[in-house]
Amino acid sequence: MLTQRLLTSDKGGMWVLGILALTCILVPILNLAVPENSPLHVSTFTVTLLGKFLCYALLALALDLIWGYAGILSLGHGAFFALGGYAMGMYLMRQIGDRGKYGDPLLPDFMVFLNWDSLPWYWLGFDMFWFAMLMVIMVPAILAWVFGWLAFRSRVTGVYFAIITQALTYALMLAFFRNEMGFGGNNGLTDFKDILGFSITADSTRIGLFLASGIMLIIAYLACRYIVTSRMGRVIVSIRDAETRTRFCGYQVESYKLWLFVFSAVLAGIAGALYVPQVGIINPGEFSPLNSIELVVWVATGGRGTLYGAIVGAFSVNYGKTIFTSFYPEAWLFPLGLLFVLVTLVLPKGLVGLFSRFKRHDKRSDDAKQEDAP
Amino acid sequence: MNPFKHARNWSTRALPVKDPNFGHAVDTSHGPILYIEDVNVSFDGFKALNNLNLFIDDGELRCIIGPNGAGKTTMMDVITGKTKPDSGSIFFGQQINLQHLSEHQISRGGIGRKFQKPTVFEALSVYENLELATADDKRVWHILSHQLTGAQRDKIDEVLYTIGLSTQVHNSAGNLSHGQKQWLEIGMLLMQSPRVLLVDEPVAGMTGEETERTAELLTSLAGKHSVIVVEHDMAFVRSIAKKVTVLHQGSVLAEGTMDQVQSNPKVIEVYLGE
Repeated sequence: MLTQRLLTSDKGGMWVLGILALTCILVPILNLAVPENSPLHVSTFTVTLLGKFLCYALLALALDLIWGYAGILSLGHGAFFALGGYAMGMYLMRQIGDRGKYGDPLLPDFMVFLNWDSLPWYWLGFDMFWFAMLMVIMVPAILAWVFGWLAFRSRVTGVYFAIITQALTYALMLAFFRNEMGFGGNNGLTDFKDILGFSITADSTRIGLFLASGIMLIIAYLACRYIVTSRMGRVIVSIRDAETRTRFCGYQVESYKLWLFVFSAVLAGIAGALYVPQVGIINPGEFSPLNSIELVVWVATGGRGTLYGAIVGAFSVNYGKTIFTSFYPEAWLFPLGLLFVLVTLVLPKGLVGLFSRFKRHDKRSDDAKQEDAP
Repeated sequence: MNPFKHARNWSTRALPVKDPNFGHAVDTSHGPILYIEDVNVSFDGFKALNNLNLFIDDGELRCIIGPNGAGKTTMMDVITGKTKPDSGSIFFGQQINLQHLSEHQISRGGIGRKFQKPTVFEALSVYENLELATADDKRVWHILSHQLTGAQRDKIDEVLYTIGLSTQVHNSAGNLSHGQKQWLEIGMLLMQSPRVLLVDEPVAGMTGEETERTAELLTSLAGKHSVIVVEHDMAFVRSIAKKVTVLHQGSVLAEGTMDQVQSNPKVIEVYLGE
């Protein structure tokens, strides 16, 4: 009954989930079992690229949940992504052990370089995987909770909320750039060796990470569907459309926004944690406001307020970016800006809206044919 | 007339309200359900409410009229907790001091408010609008995991019948006519089984037929609920009101039947000048 509720009247979502599941099955087979000289072989480079896109899609999904359904535009969601990434990065740094350049069994290379003689307290515990995973969830959650509590309680909404989230991620970027923070300064965390005992560069580990990202995306999609199809989903939509009215219906609007914001931040954190081992580096650049704005463009391009649209948007824009930057690496911001303007003007419902418009058009012409028939 | 005729029994102090549905326990043993006593509200020196004293009986239908700026909307804001008074007191029944409660608590507790502009949730269906307004535990975790109970479904059907929208259940609220939206909004208030209904200009912009149906709806609600209607349309007020209160410059100018009020020289002066 629950699956029925999650998937009926979600045709687009079923398509996207189907394609995702198929990719998760086919890509590992084509990478590991098909010989390299076969035209069907999928290179490890492509696997990693797809894995990265899956993490972006998860991040886009997190943003669509709060922007598309609750109308909360966060221009700082990249911050939660980066924090999740840093938590994972810290675990990976501790896994290097004495294999670093300076061979210190405890301190990561950059700390040795800074002449630190002991591990800062906030690095303790990150040698344990479960603790690092707990932090992947807790750090974004706590930041989102405190920040959201202050903002929603003061009834900061709309563009003001967008601006302060932007300020939040910018402030974090500046902080993480500082060497004294103990997160590797502008070089960030890199040179990872292995994760859970598996070499991070091995093909099978890459496939494992790819699968983990794909499965996580599917689970997160279903969880988001659960929320938006529940009564809570209806409350959230009403908050978006008429906040005061919802309050007078007896709902404590702030706590709804807060829980949704925290949940979305956790998803973003998980996306970051899956992203870092695949790209092999996390640095303060991930906090850059531009990243968060790009994220908004993905969701807008795909179609906000549909969930699967966010996934479509993340894949198509990033695929476009990969192609484009291989020709003109410097000029990516121009097509990105153009895309945003075009989507706003021509496709207010995004790519997903385009599909359904075609479909409706087909249906109408079918109806017309039927009327003509007799 | 002595404004303190209904004055509350001061020996009972305000009780802290624990039960979210405290409306069912409202003590109306002295008659009135709502006591507004010596309430003052000023905005930047402008006195929106000036020693306002108003008592609403349990189950009565009261119309409030008054020229622009008389304080009608501010009065509603004060009752529903949107604006806190500078001084004075607002009691719900004998014992519940509304000043200590927030908007959503007051709403859960049994005072429903209908805004002037119809504000239904246009993206949702008529049914979902009523579902949203259902009296229930409205905390996040409950709403996330619970489905409607049979009794709540019955209540929705009952309200759909009362407001005459049974045939529109699955229609999106955005597609309803102006009048139907107003009724749906009244229906949403009814879902919470409120003791008091505040209705702001219900017939503004309605067709003649819609106005008539609204009059029937509101008079049928009186008795089961206390209904306070703020309205400019005098013909409409005459058609539904037993008792009318005229506000002027933030306080009560006159109170009585429509005929009494209309022949009151003070009211004539305020409405017609000289």
